[in-house]
Amino acid sequence: MTDTHTAGPFIAAIDQGTTSSRCIVFDRDGRIVAVDQKEHEQIFPKPGWVEHDANEIWANVQEVVAGAVRKAGVTRDDIKAIGITNQRETTLVWDKNTGEPVHNAIVWQDTRTDALCRELGRNVGQDRFRRETGLPLASYFAGPKARWLLDNVDGLRERAEAGDLLFGTMDTWVIWNLTGGVNGGKHVTDVTNASRTLLMSLRTLQWDEKICESIGVPPQMLPEIRSSAEVYGEITGGPLGELLGGIPVASALGDQQAALFGQTCFDEGETKSTYGTGTFMLMNTGDKVINSYSGLVTTVGYQIGDQKPVYALEGSIAVTGSLVQWMRDQMGLISTAAEIETLAMQVEDNGGAYFVPAFSGLFAPYWRSDARGVIAGLTRYVTKAHLARAVLEATAWQTREIADAMTKDSGVELTTLKVDGGMTSNNLLMQTLADFLDAPVVRPMVAETTCLGAAYAAGLAVGFWNSTDDLRANWRRAAEWTPRMDADTRDREYKSWLKAVERTMGWIDDES
Amino acid sequence: MARNIQSLERAAAMLRLLAGGERRLGLSDIASSLGLAKGTAHGILRTLQQEGFVEQEPASGRYQLGAELLRLGTTYLDVHELRARALVWTDDLARSSGESVHLGVLHQRGVLIVHHVFRPDDSRQVLEIGAMQPLHSTALGKVLSAYDPVAHSEALESERRAFTDRTVCEPDAFENVLDLTRARGYAADIEETWEGVASVAAPIHDRRRMPVGSVGITGAVERLCQEGELRPELIAAVRDCARAVSRDLGAGRF
Repeated sequence: MTDTHTAGPFIAAIDQGTTSSRCIVFDRDGRIVAVDQKEHEQIFPKPGWVEHDANEIWANVQEVVAGAVRKAGVTRDDIKAIGITNQRETTLVWDKNTGEPVHNAIVWQDTRTDALCRELGRNVGQDRFRRETGLPLASYFAGPKARWLLDNVDGLRERAEAGDLLFGTMDTWVIWNLTGGVNGGKHVTDVTNASRTLLMSLRTLQWDEKICESIGVPPQMLPEIRSSAEVYGEITGGPLGELLGGIPVASALGDQQAALFGQTCFDEGETKSTYGTGTFMLMNTGDKVINSYSGLVTTVGYQIGDQKPVYALEGSIAVTGSLVQWMRDQMGLISTAAEIETLAMQVEDNGGAYFVPAFSGLFAPYWRSDARGVIAGLTRYVTKAHLARAVLEATAWQTREIADAMTKDSGVELTTLKVDGGMTSNNLLMQTLADFLDAPVVRPMVAETTCLGAAYAAGLAVGFWNSTDDLRANWRRAAEWTPRMDADTRDREYKSWLKAVERTMGWIDDES
Repeated sequence: MARNIQSLERAAAMLRLLAGGERRLGLSDIASSLGLAKGTAHGILRTLQQEGFVEQEPASGRYQLGAELLRLGTTYLDVHELRARALVWTDDLARSSGESVHLGVLHQRGVLIVHHVFRPDDSRQVLEIGAMQPLHSTALGKVLSAYDPVAHSEALESERRAFTDRTVCEPDAFENVLDLTRARGYAADIEETWEGVASVAAPIHDRRRMPVGSVGITGAVERLCQEGELRPELIAAVRDCARAVSRDLGAGRF
């Protein structure tokens, strides 16, 4: 998307994601100047295990950074800083003397630490470390993944205790390599990524020594925790050093936090939701660490330099876009994802049908692993078009449930929902969201909010932008959907949805 | 009832023959199956081949059904697919032009707005997805009428209302406007639909060069025009956007 109207200087952002690595160059208005992207291999050694080759990822990152800079047609003098956003929780351990990973990276979706997490819960259970870390003991998070590596790769624990090994999430791996690797690379992470390890205290923003000991991760292998927007070091060495040497590496944010930042949700109560295969909704809760009693996760939203950290509540929905894919690939009712809207538009309503896609249990706010998917309310009247409606409504109702949980925990009502991600091109879904939430839904003009967030944070760190007010001025409304549903209909429909949710529970009998 | 055209009947019989049983047939097999002289059969097959409905295997010289037949049933482009493909490009057009962007397709003798991006100035605006615009006076509608033969006949047959003093309603004058649109590759509407409002639009084509929609910007005539003419950089931005979306549609169905 090159554009001859934009002129330098620029900020670059790396998005080291789950399926690919990308680099985008932005101008001062936050407009995209150039993009480059490369996918990497998904490695499945066993059912439930997912790994990435960290060397392949680093090679791809170098390639896409060089590619984006080449496409933008700019030189190192035009680029004022580079920022990083990344797939969260994916865990790597490498040798600090050789720079070689000791094992493939264990990806966030990997469930090999299920049993370990149950064992770590001891008699307390999932919430053993929740008060300190904001997180339940679940296989997603990084700390137990590191412990698994130390337990299962020969000689690792000794090398770790001798101080030869480094732990990191993907932000740490990319920054260490960008800033020189074995030749003085900076071993750092940011508060948002650290808040997904189960090892950091939300209040002190430091590694919690007691928890590190309980989980079994030696503190000497952990990176230094820094803010999300500050200069960690400069691009040094290697082919990138020749191309872009000296450019400050100036931000790191987990992908969902980066989207919160890119959507400029800087005030308490501002909320964004990203609609992809799954959906991640984050609400800015200001300087308050809010313990969730409704099945949400407490996390760090961002921290700019030496300012106070900003916290967030997070709720995730496992199945949203993937339900549309399921209608396409498994049911064959549509031939492209966009056609779900065409099919759904053939009818006025859901015809009484409700679809609860609890394919692998119910997540927030219920957390019931014994639940399985249900299509409820079927009659002979129901057509595939009604089911298409029910599919879109499922995403909207699940968003409503998370929003209700956030209001309950924080006491803050949702006034507007800022949305991004692929599903925002679905007009019917966006209108349904506004109707079910009874709040306006707005889409910003730049769809790449994740990369934009990393670019914004890096730009703030080097003074390219002066304040979050500058960034807000860049935010542009591309579309807004306002609620049109009357309250009675909404309440009646919500009740039916909740009834359908009820029907999913207890399907699996022997849940250990 | 008028007599049927014999060569079309024969061509249809050939396609049926190639569709059933053995899939590849030689010229003499086809001619004898249908009781035709070889020369007659060859003439029809050559015409079908030129249209892509029949293909000839180079090595054996045998005939089989062509890829064009398969495409006939699948050329319909879902409008929501069109919106999904257009999203990033139309966002960028709104940003670079500073005006609102609309994407329209032909629907019931008018232009159906299937995508709308707000003017990036933070003012209150209402989403116009689902609204209808006239074919003969708006830039979006003129583009469709100029490039899509169905839209063309619908625009000619329906009543062309004069919304302002500048609306072009007479058939000859309207045809001239469409000629100009095709020659320039874009259409303009300077206060022909709404007083004080101008718009400019360009065609979106799919991978087979079929016109599938039009995309354009709309705004105050004072901003879009200079000395009564549309500003050239805005025309260029609209055409760039239309080309980018067309390119995206040509890259394959997914």
